[in-house]
Amino acid sequence: MKKVLSIFLAILMIAGMAAMAGCGEKKDDVLKVGVIYISPEDDGGYSQAHAEGIAAAVAKYGDKIEIKPVANIDDADVTATNNAIDNLVNEGCKLIFTTSYGYMDPTVAAAAKYPNVKFCHCSGYEMNDTNMDAYFGQIETARYLSGIVAGLMTKNNKLGYVAAFPIPEVIRGINAYTLGALSVNPDVTVQVVWTNTWFGPNEEKAAAEALLANDVDVMAQHQDSPNAIEAAEAAGKYAIGYDLTYAGAPNAYLTAPLWDWGVYYSYKIGQVLDGQWKVENYWGGMKEGVAKLDNLSSLVSDEAKAAVEAAKPSVTEQGNAFVFAGPIYDQAGDLRVSEGTSMTYEEQMSMDWFVKGVIGELPS
Amino acid sequence: MLSILTQPQFIASAISFSVILLLGTLGELLTERAGHLNLGVEGMMLLGGAIGYYAAVTTESLPLALIAACLGSGMGAFMYGFLTVTLRVNQNVTGLALTMFGMGLANAVGSKVAGTSTPVSIQAYFEYQPFHIKNPANELIAYIDRAFLSHDLYVYLTILLAIVMTIFLFRSREGLALRLTGENAAAADASGIKVTRIKYMYIVIGGMLCGLGGLYLPLVQQGSWTDTITAGQGWLVVALVIFVRWHPIKAIFGSFVFGALSILGYSVQLNTTLAKMPIFNQFIMSMFPYILTIIVLVITSARKKAWGGPAEIGHAYFREDR
Repeated sequence: MKKVLSIFLAILMIAGMAAMAGCGEKKDDVLKVGVIYISPEDDGGYSQAHAEGIAAAVAKYGDKIEIKPVANIDDADVTATNNAIDNLVNEGCKLIFTTSYGYMDPTVAAAAKYPNVKFCHCSGYEMNDTNMDAYFGQIETARYLSGIVAGLMTKNNKLGYVAAFPIPEVIRGINAYTLGALSVNPDVTVQVVWTNTWFGPNEEKAAAEALLANDVDVMAQHQDSPNAIEAAEAAGKYAIGYDLTYAGAPNAYLTAPLWDWGVYYSYKIGQVLDGQWKVENYWGGMKEGVAKLDNLSSLVSDEAKAAVEAAKPSVTEQGNAFVFAGPIYDQAGDLRVSEGTSMTYEEQMSMDWFVKGVIGELPS
Repeated sequence: MLSILTQPQFIASAISFSVILLLGTLGELLTERAGHLNLGVEGMMLLGGAIGYYAAVTTESLPLALIAACLGSGMGAFMYGFLTVTLRVNQNVTGLALTMFGMGLANAVGSKVAGTSTPVSIQAYFEYQPFHIKNPANELIAYIDRAFLSHDLYVYLTILLAIVMTIFLFRSREGLALRLTGENAAAADASGIKVTRIKYMYIVIGGMLCGLGGLYLPLVQQGSWTDTITAGQGWLVVALVIFVRWHPIKAIFGSFVFGALSILGYSVQLNTTLAKMPIFNQFIMSMFPYILTIIVLVITSARKKAWGGPAEIGHAYFREDR
């Protein structure tokens, strides 16, 4: 009896698997796209900006694509990242976006392991010749413009910046913001506090409060939650956001450098759907529409509005080459970029020094 | 350094960060006074936070949110009580299990309301600052107001609770019964104290206080839910109870010290001289509370023979063992 039963069960399992395999094949014409996020898709910041970009691509391509999102994967956790990628591949994803910096090494490994799957990694520098892309944008253009707003809105010339990690991406943002502020107000300083987390609402709030205690009157941030803005609102100061427009602080919010990832995701998914996939290092800016400055809120003075409008055409047209054009001095006062030149892509990608005007330590 | 520590804004942030720790500490203190070490503080804080915040968002009522937080964390504590008091399972293992259980359930409940802010009607309760002085007469009053008096009612009620709890523990019959239960359950039993009832009662009340602490985090401090929002504060509480020697009044100051330490790193970064010192590395600074706890343990154990805590902590009570 036992034997019969076990044979029966074995047959049932095989039949089941065959049936499931059939299920998968039926939908083969649909492109399954996996997306891995570091925080919840509705974090009100970084991940939400990506999720809205994906939603824009879905709106464009409809049922030609199927999205498989995985949220809340810690990008410092290699095992969790590997598992998430493996699961997406097993579910039949042929295109996978890994949206945070820390996913880079696991994505490189996965690209080698799964040659038939295409990978796009956001905000890193690694790629390969066949199936791994790097993508990011010249958000520094929008940061520069937001710096202009801050430079003209501050009353005591003390700007504050809550920053995640001392890596080139964040340092570029701080420098671009400072250069923007200095372009309209040579007396400003930017104080930086590191939180050592991308998404740590409590840490972000505590860091912002430390800055506010130091008399900062315009807050900016490179973090995934809006808590630095909230802290500024509570203290009656101004704030500049990041990633997404923020309606929760009507008396503080000035503007924010924004991502419009829909531009990129539609473009890249379109490539794969049309069989036109090519490996590239995507680095769009305001010209392409990936980076933009949010509408200036009603708190922003006419003077600041005019200054932003005046700078916008050159920033849009020339991108980061305009932002990081010489002469630029570092904190010690040494000339780092001479007049008439601009920082190269490689120099920007490995930026590890602060421009003059930034107050803060880069941990060595 | 002193200039940072005396900034009124710094003191104010430290106080608001310490409320959560204080509530948790008061709760865990009651539990441990009953002779039970509950390592599930992190889990209970998360349960209270998630379930309370869920209720806050869906009902927009503060009383219901508070009740839900108490029920959520009280339920976790009750399970712990059932396992350790009635079934006499190992307390450490049960507490750890409660932490993992609480984390999972809390994140499942919390994810339903993630991305939703605290309802405005509830925010209004916490904007009310009962002792705030609108037009301070001079600099000193302005300083005191900014540092100590510009907090919501929750903060002051928590401090009041610590004071009441001290009187209860050391000046009342019921408090004596509770302490005796933790010191020597057999003696308590012999003197007619209902040991099992006392243990259950204070384990559950202790859990509820942890949950109320956990609720403050999403409801007020952050204004929204994120997964595992406590980020290890439950473990700080376990250390704090030892740090304050199981004493509610000391817990007020202990949690203030721990709260201040947890935000000190950001202010230090803004001080160019201090920021260069290796001791003020952010990662080293996050160890300070635990180092402090170890120092206190070493000092007290060198001074006294006993370790200072309730004598029978961690032991299950078998009436038949007498």
